[in-house]
Amino acid sequence: MRVRRLFVANRGEIAVRILRTCAELGLATVLGASLADRDSLAAELADRVVVIGAPHPSESYLKVPTIVAAAVGTGCDAVHPGYGFLSENPALASALAEHGVVFVGPPAETLAIAGDKLRARAAAIAAGLPVVPGREVSTFADARAFADAEGYPVLVKAAGGGGGRGIKLAVDAASLESVFGLARAEAAAAFGDERLYLERFVRAARHIEVQVAADTHGTMVHLGERDCSTQRRYQKVIEETPAPRLSRQLRDSLCEAALAFARAISYRNIGTVEFVVDVETGEFFFLEMNCRIQVEHPVTELVCGLDLVALQLRIASGESLGFQQADVRLDGHAIECRLLAEDSDHDFRPAPGRLERFVMPELPGLRVDSHCRAGTVIPPYYDSLLAKLIAHGPERDDALATMTTALGDIEVAGVQTNRELLARLVADSRFKSGNITTNWLEQALA
Amino acid sequence: MDLSEEDVREILRIIDRSEVEELRIEVSGFSLHVRKTATSPPAGGEREDGGSRAATPGTGTQIVEAPMLGTFYRSEAPGEPPLVAVGDHLEPDSVVCLIEVMKLMNHVQAGVSGTVVDVLAEDGALVEFGQPLFSVTADA
Repeated sequence: MRVRRLFVANRGEIAVRILRTCAELGLATVLGASLADRDSLAAELADRVVVIGAPHPSESYLKVPTIVAAAVGTGCDAVHPGYGFLSENPALASALAEHGVVFVGPPAETLAIAGDKLRARAAAIAAGLPVVPGREVSTFADARAFADAEGYPVLVKAAGGGGGRGIKLAVDAASLESVFGLARAEAAAAFGDERLYLERFVRAARHIEVQVAADTHGTMVHLGERDCSTQRRYQKVIEETPAPRLSRQLRDSLCEAALAFARAISYRNIGTVEFVVDVETGEFFFLEMNCRIQVEHPVTELVCGLDLVALQLRIASGESLGFQQADVRLDGHAIECRLLAEDSDHDFRPAPGRLERFVMPELPGLRVDSHCRAGTVIPPYYDSLLAKLIAHGPERDDALATMTTALGDIEVAGVQTNRELLARLVADSRFKSGNITTNWLEQALA
Repeated sequence: MDLSEEDVREILRIIDRSEVEELRIEVSGFSLHVRKTATSPPAGGEREDGGSRAATPGTGTQIVEAPMLGTFYRSEAPGEPPLVAVGDHLEPDSVVCLIEVMKLMNHVQAGVSGTVVDVLAEDGALVEFGQPLFSVTADA
C-alpha cells in the first residue's frame, strides 16, 4: 500500500528531518506532539498537529494506544516512529498492523527478536556471526577453565543482573580467584541468583556499525559502515564514515556479517547492525541490531547520495529498493558532531532553557539538521540534542577542516553547549590520526 | 529572564499537575507567585481515573478539557441519549462523556460543579489532549 498520509510519532530534529522528506515527496503529514512541542518547528512544518498528551514522554510519546488512536483518527495510513521513544516497540508495530496502518520499520516479530539480547545473540550465533565469547559458569574451576581458554582479562557478571551492576574485572588467575567468591555472594544478595556469567573483556575496542536496507521483494544491501567510537558513557558524540584505518578485508567482513544477521531475522526496512572490533586482535563481535533510523544516519546519506527516510517510506509502501548492491557508490568522507545542550563543566548535566541566539554556519560541504532557532525552548523532558553538524568532503581531512570551521562559527546563547568540547576533540592529534577506541573520550576528559 | 505568555501558561500547567500547592520564583527583574486554590481540580493520579482537566478554578465560565487524545462520545452507546446536554447541572464527579482510545472507553468527569452552557466538540470526532469539550458556568 502506497503511503499517502504519514503520522510522525516523534519530536525534535528527527521529526523535522522526516517532515522535510515528506514535503519533497508530496506526502500529507500529521505530527503527534506533546503539549511542550505544540509550537515547535516540527509543528509548523506538519500539515496538521494533534496534541497527544502532557510533556513527559510517558504521558505522550511513549503511549502506544494514544499514538494508534491519533494515527487512525487523523486518517493516516502509516506511522514513522523516528528514533528513541516507540521506534523499536513491537507492541506499536503490531497494534498498527491490526488497524491496517503501516509501521515504518520492520515487522513486530523482527523487533521482538532484535530487542531481546539473548534471542539476538542466539540468532547471531546461528547465522555464523562471532559474538563476544562468554558463558555461564557454575564453579571457580569452571570459571578458570573459561578464562584460560579465552585469555585474560575477563568480566565477571551476575547472570541474573543487568544495568552494569555487579560487573567485576579479573586481569589474571589470581584476581579471578579473589573476585569470584565475592561476585557470587554479591549476585546472590543483589539479584537472589548466584549464577555468574563470564565474558571476554575487549580492552581496546572500536564501535563500528553497518547500515543495511531491505525491501519486501528480497533485495537487501548494505550502505557501508560508520565508526562511532567517540563515546561518553555509551552515548555517541562523533560519528563518521568510512571508518578510518579499517582494512578493506575487515570492512567487507563486517558488511557481510551485517547482511547475514539481517537475513537471519528476516529484516525489512533500514536498520543498523552494531559490532565491537577488538583493536588488539583484529577480531570483531556482533553487539546488536538497531531496528530504526539512527541519529547518525546523515553521514551515510552524504556518502551514498540516498535519502534514507525516503527509502524507509518506499520500503514501507511495498516498493522495491530500485537498486542492487553493485549500484551503491560510496563517495568521500562524512563526519557528524552532535551539538548538545549540556554543561561540560558540571559533569555534562543537561542544560535546558531558552535559546536567545542560535546561528548555524552555512558552508559548502556542511549540512545541519536541527529543530532549533532563536527563541526555541529546550524543555527538560527530552534529550539534549540541539543540532547535528555533518561535514562531507572528498577525504577525511577535508571533512575535518569543514567541521573545524563550522564549530568555530556556531553562535549559540541562552543554553550551555558542548561546542568547545567538540572543537577540542576534532582538533586532537589522536582523533585526527583516526586511531581511537571507545574509551578514548573519557580518558581524554579525565 | 525573558518569559513569554506561553511560558507562564506552561509553568501553570506543570504546577497544576504537580503536588505543589504554592510556588514563588524571584530572579532579577522578574517574580512569579502561584498558589493553588482550594477549589482546584483533582490532579495527577485521580485524573487517570477519568477526571477531566478543568481550567481556571473559581467562578465564571469554566472549560472542561479532554484529559487524553481519543474519540469523543457524548453517550454511553449509539442511540442512547447524551450523558450531558446544555442546561444540565454538573457535579465534579458527573460523567460528561466517553473518550475511546483503541477500544478502551474512558469516562470523563466534569471536575467542576456548574451548568453546561455549550458543547464544544463533535460526537464521534477525534479530540486532542487538552481540547475544550464543554463550557460550564460554575456555581457561585
